Amino acid sequence: MAKKNTAGESGKKNYGAWIAAVVLSVFWMLVTFVPFSFMVMTGFKQKIETIMYGAFHMPEKFYPDNYKGVITDPTFWTYFRNSVIVLIISLIILLFISACAAYPLSRFKFKLRGPIYFLIVAAMSVPMHVTLIPVFNMTINMGLYDTIWALIPTNVAFATPISVFILTGFMEGIPKELEEAADIDGCGRFGRFFKVILPLSTPGLSTLAIYNGVNMWNEFIFAFTLTQSESNRTLPLALWNYQGQYSSNTAMIMACLTLSVLPMIILFIFMQEKLVKGMMAGAVKG
Amino acid sequence: MKGSTTLAKRRQRASAICAAVFLTPVIILMLVYFVYPIIATFANSLTRWNGISPEKIFVGSYNWNKLIHDAKFWKAFGNNIKVMAISLIVQMPIGILLATFLDAGGKKFNIFKIIWFLPLLMSSVAVGYLFHYALATNSGIFTAISELFGGGKVDLLGNQGTALYAVIGVICWQFIPFYMVYYMAGYSSIDESLYEAAIVDGATRTQYVTKIALPMLVPTIKSAIVLSITGSLKYFDLVYVMTGGGPGESTELMATYMYKESFSKYNMGYGSSIAGGMFILITLIAGVTMYVMNRKKED
Repeated sequence: MAKKNTAGESGKKNYGAWIAAVVLSVFWMLVTFVPFSFMVMTGFKQKIETIMYGAFHMPEKFYPDNYKGVITDPTFWTYFRNSVIVLIISLIILLFISACAAYPLSRFKFKLRGPIYFLIVAAMSVPMHVTLIPVFNMTINMGLYDTIWALIPTNVAFATPISVFILTGFMEGIPKELEEAADIDGCGRFGRFFKVILPLSTPGLSTLAIYNGVNMWNEFIFAFTLTQSESNRTLPLALWNYQGQYSSNTAMIMACLTLSVLPMIILFIFMQEKLVKGMMAGAVKG
Repeated sequence: MKGSTTLAKRRQRASAICAAVFLTPVIILMLVYFVYPIIATFANSLTRWNGISPEKIFVGSYNWNKLIHDAKFWKAFGNNIKVMAISLIVQMPIGILLATFLDAGGKKFNIFKIIWFLPLLMSSVAVGYLFHYALATNSGIFTAISELFGGGKVDLLGNQGTALYAVIGVICWQFIPFYMVYYMAGYSSIDESLYEAAIVDGATRTQYVTKIALPMLVPTIKSAIVLSITGSLKYFDLVYVMTGGGPGESTELMATYMYKESFSKYNMGYGSSIAGGMFILITLIAGVTMYVMNRKKED
């Protein structure tokens, strides 16, 4: 894409279209950026400033105590730790079982291939609310209610359809000859999966990890329904609890919001290209 | 000859067994977390049940009758339809425009891409709280803009007439980058040689976009429309934290109504009917949309 012409290079450029495009772009940049900077800036204000002055009033001096307050609060780190544990375990299980399912779907011919693939693709459009009450009851019956372990199967289950769908497409693109060579060398089907297909699927797996990782990090409704106590909740729920505690202290809430988004922003800074690609992979699901 | 067919057969059987082993975890997961819950939701919708007690009273079609005559549910559905319609009208064109701009600009416009991408990194909960305060009457952004021009305070979320539109605005803010990325993916799948050929033939950038790229994006646009429709009809997190469905019922959506009935009032039987009704309506609308769009293509 980078090679494509920009306005300056083309002789027959259309100034009108470019001016309109630039105006829209700058406008949209402001629309995106203003609420964002409102969040970060308000986090640096004292409570009294948020009451006395309007949103665009710069902080008198940068007042770090809100951020410090959140960071030094041990419960914030409990939420953070829970989020990390849930994310890592869910991702590992998800990627492994999705790859396992995608392998026969992309490679073997068997009778139920069509129906199974259809079931998985159809599940992509099921609204999770339809499953919420039975999943809630199931979780209680399994004794997992109000533990972080309740969130792992739901995270995995609702990310599975898209992951299997994308990985099946990805594995279909791996040349058959590579597998045949391994077959001749005496590798069984399982050996071929672990030694040939899985390593070659790494790019697909890593984009999926990013796409699903962002979604899992931000997951709200199951975490909200299936857990209750502070010590077993994930980061999106920290916001919920802080809101209950500091509802009148805008500055404190904004500091907490900023800190909850910060890990994603850091990730974005370091692996921008990959993250955009991961989101694009997720976008292909239609 | 005979030997080779039995060998082929044996290979086929081995394949089937191997496939079964590989597929088992996912199939179990799908049965437990999709198939069973959907059946259970429809079964529960025929009962009166508080979700906790073992006592489920079978009430037949009572809940469904109630649902059909429930003005609150249809109000919520109407709100969902408004969210859907405005989302389509606003998000699709802006998403395409932004993606077109980034596609034309390449790496030079990275700064735009980075900033436009920001809302995608935030959870719906975070976006909801951010705008809960950013749209607040006293210290909010719109009040600040209004006061800049000498106007008074602006109360968007507290006003029954404007709350839903404010919510829809926030939804657009959150999802336009998603559709932008979606269309970027569409653009990147168009072969670059097409662009080069068009330029060699004397086309301008604008002509390339309108005459070549956009027609090629039609399948992407169609699937984005379906995604946006189903997404709008099941919207929950952001509205739940930002307004809780209020003021009054002005921002109530099907999902928030279902959640409140089930998990605040513990009417799990009726909550299941709402969930079931949602499922049927969403499937129906998405199905009709896909049917209409694909039929047009054949004409």
